[in-house]
Amino acid sequence: MDQDTDIGGPGRPFPVTKHSAIIAARSKDPEVRQRAFATIVECYWKPAYKYVRIKWQAENEDAKDLTQGFFTTAIEKDYFASYDPAKARFQTFLRTCLDRFVANQRKSEQRLKRGGRVDHFSLDFDQVENELSSQSFVSEITPEEYFHREWVRSLFGLAIEALQSHYAEKGSEVYFKLFELYDLGESDGDPDSEPKASYSALAQEFGLTTADVTNYLAAARRKFRRIVLAKLRNITATEEEFQAEARALLGVKIE
Amino acid sequence: MRWLSDRSLTHLLGVANDLDFGTTKYRLLEEIARGGMGTVYRAEDAELNREIAIKVLNTPEPDPDMAKRMVREAQIIARLEHPGIVPVHDVGLLKDGRVFYAMKLVRGNRLDHYAARNDFLKDRLRKFQGVCEAVAFAHTHGVIHRDLKPQNIMIGSFGEVLVLDWGVAKIIGQSRYPNSLAEADTLRIAPGDKAESTGEQAANVAKPSHTEDTAQGTVMGTPQYMSPEQARGEIAQLDERSDVYSLGAILYFLLTNQSPGAANGGSIRKLNDDSARMLGSMAPPRPRELNPKIGKAVEAVCLKAMAHNRSERYASARELRDDVVNLIDDQPVMAYRENPLERIGRWLGRNRFLVLLVLAYLLMRILFILTARP
Repeated sequence: MDQDTDIGGPGRPFPVTKHSAIIAARSKDPEVRQRAFATIVECYWKPAYKYVRIKWQAENEDAKDLTQGFFTTAIEKDYFASYDPAKARFQTFLRTCLDRFVANQRKSEQRLKRGGRVDHFSLDFDQVENELSSQSFVSEITPEEYFHREWVRSLFGLAIEALQSHYAEKGSEVYFKLFELYDLGESDGDPDSEPKASYSALAQEFGLTTADVTNYLAAARRKFRRIVLAKLRNITATEEEFQAEARALLGVKIE
Repeated sequence: MRWLSDRSLTHLLGVANDLDFGTTKYRLLEEIARGGMGTVYRAEDAELNREIAIKVLNTPEPDPDMAKRMVREAQIIARLEHPGIVPVHDVGLLKDGRVFYAMKLVRGNRLDHYAARNDFLKDRLRKFQGVCEAVAFAHTHGVIHRDLKPQNIMIGSFGEVLVLDWGVAKIIGQSRYPNSLAEADTLRIAPGDKAESTGEQAANVAKPSHTEDTAQGTVMGTPQYMSPEQARGEIAQLDERSDVYSLGAILYFLLTNQSPGAANGGSIRKLNDDSARMLGSMAPPRPRELNPKIGKAVEAVCLKAMAHNRSERYASARELRDDVVNLIDDQPVMAYRENPLERIGRWLGRNRFLVLLVLAYLLMRILFILTARP
């Protein structure tokens, strides 16, 4: 394809990413659609909940209802089918839908009554409440930036889980253990602790050479990067959006 | 799901973008610039014990097309052996599939930064002459740059002029290169003004977009220096004269301290079909409207290079360069026909010393005659 003609040439839709849950969410097959929604919800429910708590100043229970209600309504009313990647990032689209949903709920004073609906997803809100209580909303950032930051946190959390599963399946847990000790800085269970282990200390602890530690860590990091990108591809609709999100993600700075 | 603290998250963001140079002889020192296609780092060549610049593909995951293009860029530059073109030392592949190439580390200022400190027109014209010479050299080798702008030009510590970022260069006509290199490539519009300034010790590339960058296939950037045919996407029409237009736009900047796009009052940063068509049809104000101090001849050179119709432009960068040399030497230029008065004025300007000498002599003679009379 001569992409040169993309400039000023006849408009063409961007190529769709492989394995995109956004695209799959438009499928006529209910099973495919359900799986796609599950993927989207998995990545977005935490940032959505926290965003509702922060931006809309919703109480704990209210935010739970709004979050559940939003995703449930999104599925029932097929919100995501109207997403146009040429107009905005999916992340922005979802956040806008969420804002609209919450505003409508508040305006019409028709909040969902707790227990009065069928929840499509089992979401662990207590865990998120614990997270919220252990972090502070930095006033310098906008609620939109906050949403993005929490989305990155959610994405990376999922990627770490996948990385752990990957090495567990391969029987190479040592790779993940090294990654966990060195890169997650959680050697004593305190997420805010500095990585304590040096390469040589890790080598000694695991009976490896320092070169082995270097190589294992490099491999785990490469795998982590690949998983992050695969997950990102999964929740973007087009190649264009994927590339843009990937750059934004890898360039993002968390204060 | 595992809870990640802000600190862990920041660390992981770095890890996710980690460059593994373990299999190479290079050691990264710092990022110095980020462009639409690649990120440039200051690095150390451990074998030769010298600092170099390394450009690494920006794509988040291995992209064979882009990797091919980046290798091609390195190959193009490697063949363009000219003092005004940064030499490439090496091309390689990282473990994750990203391509990098090592090149000379250029220390100095970008042309726009240089211009901010040097008001003297002839100094600016001399640097511009250097740019024209490097581009003319590339043209004689069948290579057009396609992304010429002040942010892609470095003025080295010794005043040398270097043209950077050949990432969207295109080989045209009868090339000296093997066919594999002469394949049509993708037009990428780099977000120029977003280029991160790296200050005094600027880098070998213009910058980010953080650009939010600019990705391959993404039609966005800073198109103020782009020829109308390029903005309209008439890729088959691109030839040396498209670069001549961009050179004219750079001269416009040097004369007015504004890019033609900015002078137009437009701030088109993202190109879509409509804005490209608009850009391809509009003309910026004449340089003398923005800076009345400049002469008509230099304005004419600029406007001839930037002629909307490419057949009215200089046929080559060398022709433009010749007119620039004429401007510097106060000689007549191809772009402007002087009236007799202007010709005399220019002659007087060029022979200022001689004229002053003659006037001084005449004055002395008159004084002598007046004082010698009884």
